[in-house]
Amino acid sequence: MEALDLDYMMGLVPILLRYLPLTLGMALAAMVLALVLALILAMIRVARVRILNQIVQFFISFFRGTPLLVQLFLFYYGLPQLMPAFSAINGVQAAIAGLTLHFSAYMAESIRAAILGVDRSQWEATQAVGMTQVQAMRRIILPQAARIAAPTLLNYFIDMIKGTSLAFTLGVTEMMGAAQKEAASSFRYFEAFLLVAIFYWVVVEALSVVQRWLEVRMNRALAR
Amino acid sequence: MIAVTGLVKAFNGTPVLRGIDLTIQPGERIVVIGPSGTGKSTLLRCINFLDHADEGTIRIGDLSVDVAKATKAQILAVRRRTAFVFQNYALFANRTARGNITEALVTVQGIPKAEATSRADEILRDIGLSDKADAYPASLSGGQQQRVGIGRALALNAPLILFDEPTSALDPEWVGEVLDLMRRIAEQRQTMLIVTHEMQFAREIADRVIFMEGGRIVEEGPPSQIFDAPRDPRTQEFLRRVR
Ligand SMILES: Nc1ncnc2c1ncn2[C@@H]1O[C@H](COP(=O)(O)OP(=O)(O)OP(=O)(O)O)[C@@H](O)[C@H]1O
Ligand SMILES: [Mg+2]
Repeated sequence: MEALDLDYMMGLVPILLRYLPLTLGMALAAMVLALVLALILAMIRVARVRILNQIVQFFISFFRGTPLLVQLFLFYYGLPQLMPAFSAINGVQAAIAGLTLHFSAYMAESIRAAILGVDRSQWEATQAVGMTQVQAMRRIILPQAARIAAPTLLNYFIDMIKGTSLAFTLGVTEMMGAAQKEAASSFRYFEAFLLVAIFYWVVVEALSVVQRWLEVRMNRALAR
Repeated sequence: MIAVTGLVKAFNGTPVLRGIDLTIQPGERIVVIGPSGTGKSTLLRCINFLDHADEGTIRIGDLSVDVAKATKAQILAVRRRTAFVFQNYALFANRTARGNITEALVTVQGIPKAEATSRADEILRDIGLSDKADAYPASLSGGQQQRVGIGRALALNAPLILFDEPTSALDPEWVGEVLDLMRRIAEQRQTMLIVTHEMQFAREIADRVIFMEGGRIVEEGPPSQIFDAPRDPRTQEFLRRVR
């Protein structure tokens, strides 16, 4: 067995670090967009808006029922064939769009469940004081639902960060893509991929610390 | 004047209110009593459209609503002229005691934040909870939560406050303080419609006691009549059992 080339790995650190912002940027952009989309989808589901509700159910079913990788390929390589306008999209944009659509489907369902998880008496209280449904949702129900959904949504964000590595299959040089390129030229596959694994791991662990801190803070403000 | 006429409500085909007629004069304090499951809560909830009655009219001052044809705007208008005190308090869990009182003042009535806050602080003083202004409901005792619930209702300045068994969910040790607060509100001639099992309290504060059974008003009159000389055998039977 050959020894691990630690010097090579150390040399790779600054190279991969250069691509960390792109990885985090894609994840962050997709998270923000997915949250907005998921909120809209969840509202349509909760309010059972006619016809739209069926469309949303279909959307969620599709994006939860098929692999992210297949979705990315379908949109990036497949769609331009049918609609040439889509060929103007670059890999980064396609990856963000794919992550957004995919995770919004999951997040919509957790937000919906969280809204339905808010005690019925909270709705009744908003009605009793004469709030409209929109006021009730914005001021009382959603803030409480957010608290219920937050841990799950943060887990999806973690999945998203890891999911950005798939962008490399769309020709994007992010962290995974950079590791792949370096490995191909040095033949040090194990070191390169071990290092990229450590990078993801550290980022996710850092986020877990934030997650725990947030949970403690939320529970303190509002012990149930 | 507040008037409920011909109120009918069924749940899944089972009639719960079978035609309720009730007129309430300004400043009148009415207590509703009756066996479990006779529709007392449902009556209150229908007056506030928490439940939607099938038939009847609800009139509050110059606003008259045919419940069968009630529009969203009418429902909101009725709710904004009534306040509701819940058995389980139903305080906004994400608002402090003060926030529970200011919430509707700001959001619904459009009162400026500063003015709403000073009004809330006045009410908090009145209900003896100034020191709990910044506490969240979860950290308050049952009695304190219900006093905030009553404070929230008071703040709305509604022509009618509905109370649905405000002390039934409380540990016995907190019942007294809530009844005391309600007594003080009654003394100010706030129009109140109260469902309660506290017969002594009812006797003290009620201008009129209504006995309900099977979705109907069976007998009504001043407390002296209902409690000391009930005419209907069903009222007599009920009072014998609760004593
Ligand atoms: N949402 C509902 N769905 C179906 N049935 C209901 C609903 N709410 C009330 N009921 C039924 O209507 C009847 C009257 O209920 P209501 O709560 O008005 O009685 P109540 O007089 O307030 O009784 P209690 O003294 O026990 O509070 C009961 O038989 C109850 O089971
Ligand atoms: Mg009841």
